[in-house]
Amino acid sequence: MNTKTENLSLWNRIGNLFNFLANPSQFIKYSAYILPWLGIISLIGFATGLYYTFFKTPLDEEMGSTVIIMFVHVPAAWIAMMSYAIVATSSIGLLIWRHPLADVSAKAAAPLGATITFLCLVTGSLWGRPDWGTYWQWDLRMTSVLILFLLFIGLITLRSSIEEETQAGKITALLAIVGIVLLPIIKYSVEWQQSSLHQKAGIFEGQVATDFLIPLFIMAISYTTLFFYLHMKAMRAEIYRRRTISQQRKHAFDATRKEEENLDRVS
Amino acid sequence: MSAFFALLKRDILLSIREGGTIGIALGFNLIVVTILPLGIGPDQNLLNQIAPGALWVTLLLSLLLSLDRLFLTDYEEGTLELMTHSEIPLELIVVAKALAHWLTVAVPLAIMAPVLGLLMNLSPSQFGILTLSALIGTPALSFLGAIGAALTLGLKRGGLLLPLLILPFFIPTLIFGVSTTTGFLFTSGNYESSLALLAAISISAIVLAPFPTAWALRFNL
Repeated sequence: MNTKTENLSLWNRIGNLFNFLANPSQFIKYSAYILPWLGIISLIGFATGLYYTFFKTPLDEEMGSTVIIMFVHVPAAWIAMMSYAIVATSSIGLLIWRHPLADVSAKAAAPLGATITFLCLVTGSLWGRPDWGTYWQWDLRMTSVLILFLLFIGLITLRSSIEEETQAGKITALLAIVGIVLLPIIKYSVEWQQSSLHQKAGIFEGQVATDFLIPLFIMAISYTTLFFYLHMKAMRAEIYRRRTISQQRKHAFDATRKEEENLDRVS
Repeated sequence: MSAFFALLKRDILLSIREGGTIGIALGFNLIVVTILPLGIGPDQNLLNQIAPGALWVTLLLSLLLSLDRLFLTDYEEGTLELMTHSEIPLELIVVAKALAHWLTVAVPLAIMAPVLGLLMNLSPSQFGILTLSALIGTPALSFLGAIGAALTLGLKRGGLLLPLLILPFFIPTLIFGVSTTTGFLFTSGNYESSLALLAAISISAIVLAPFPTAWALRFNL
């Protein structure tokens, strides 16, 4: 066995690192332990985070009560980007190493990502109205997030319009990978064109007061755990769905064979 | 290489002799540009201001119309499958087909753009730069569009899905194409950087896009 691993290329070795992730039965087993914890953490996180947001956070001098939207909007933007990263890495995992779970992961993450991106757009728009006086502005942040949303929609519709499941997985994965190139290009090409209303990301440069930072990070953690909770749940559902389908096919196959045997016996 | 040129010649001849694709693209472009001022109102100043953007958008849409045909006829009659067994790699076949699409659809559209510019009250000094930016920018559209055409190949509603998938990828070309055309008139001298970026996008698309396209074609065959 050792001689075999020595002959493997570096490429395969990287793939082997993820082997523990690749087995659906293993995944079903350990995700059953992780799932409730993720759910509990996210629930507690949202409870404390929202409590802080609404009752403990001082109102911003310039923005007033609209600052509350930030605690919903900013983590949503983070998770939107993270979910595309998950779709993209899963797609790479599918196309290069053909991990069966990678396809399941990409399929489960796409609708979640679309939902959260939509949440980010809606909350941002509601925030923009009192602060900038407009619901929508064609600047780089908003445009690139809108394109991200369209990309998610494209991934979902492309997958649903291909009937053959493995084929659908591969084709969608290809689109997801090409989409990685698109996002930075769009972001910077819009920057070339016009100036931006959207404030620069300043969370890590100390531009945000600590009073705001604590609930923001609680909310970010709750969002992340919620995402992974839903993602894992959707992946489990997808694995069970695929198993059911293959079981049904097996039953149908067995049944027809039995029938043929009976026919042979009669004749 | 002779196989490459033979394929290029074949595709160009096919689309010229069939006639349908060029005619539909040009006709569609004309009808949209006709309808636009009717909807907006015949205000000459307003039309002049939106002309570069409007002409670029209609060009994009007209080009999109012919994209789903890029591989479809060859796929349906089985020629594409034979081509994968030919001496040149599938990537080069993709290049030949996308190049043929550019020459037969995008170039006529770019040449016709100033004529439509007359309808939109585009100032004559912008005619040259509009055609130039369209000629430089459209290779990216043909080559990126090939990815979408390959992805949606063999789908029942592929032609309807294609715009949804591929239009986001046209955005950078659209932005720099418009900023080249407007930059030429309004902020004089500032258009060269946009033109250079437009060329950069096209060159990268020509080099990079054939690989995912060929990959998608292999999945679909």
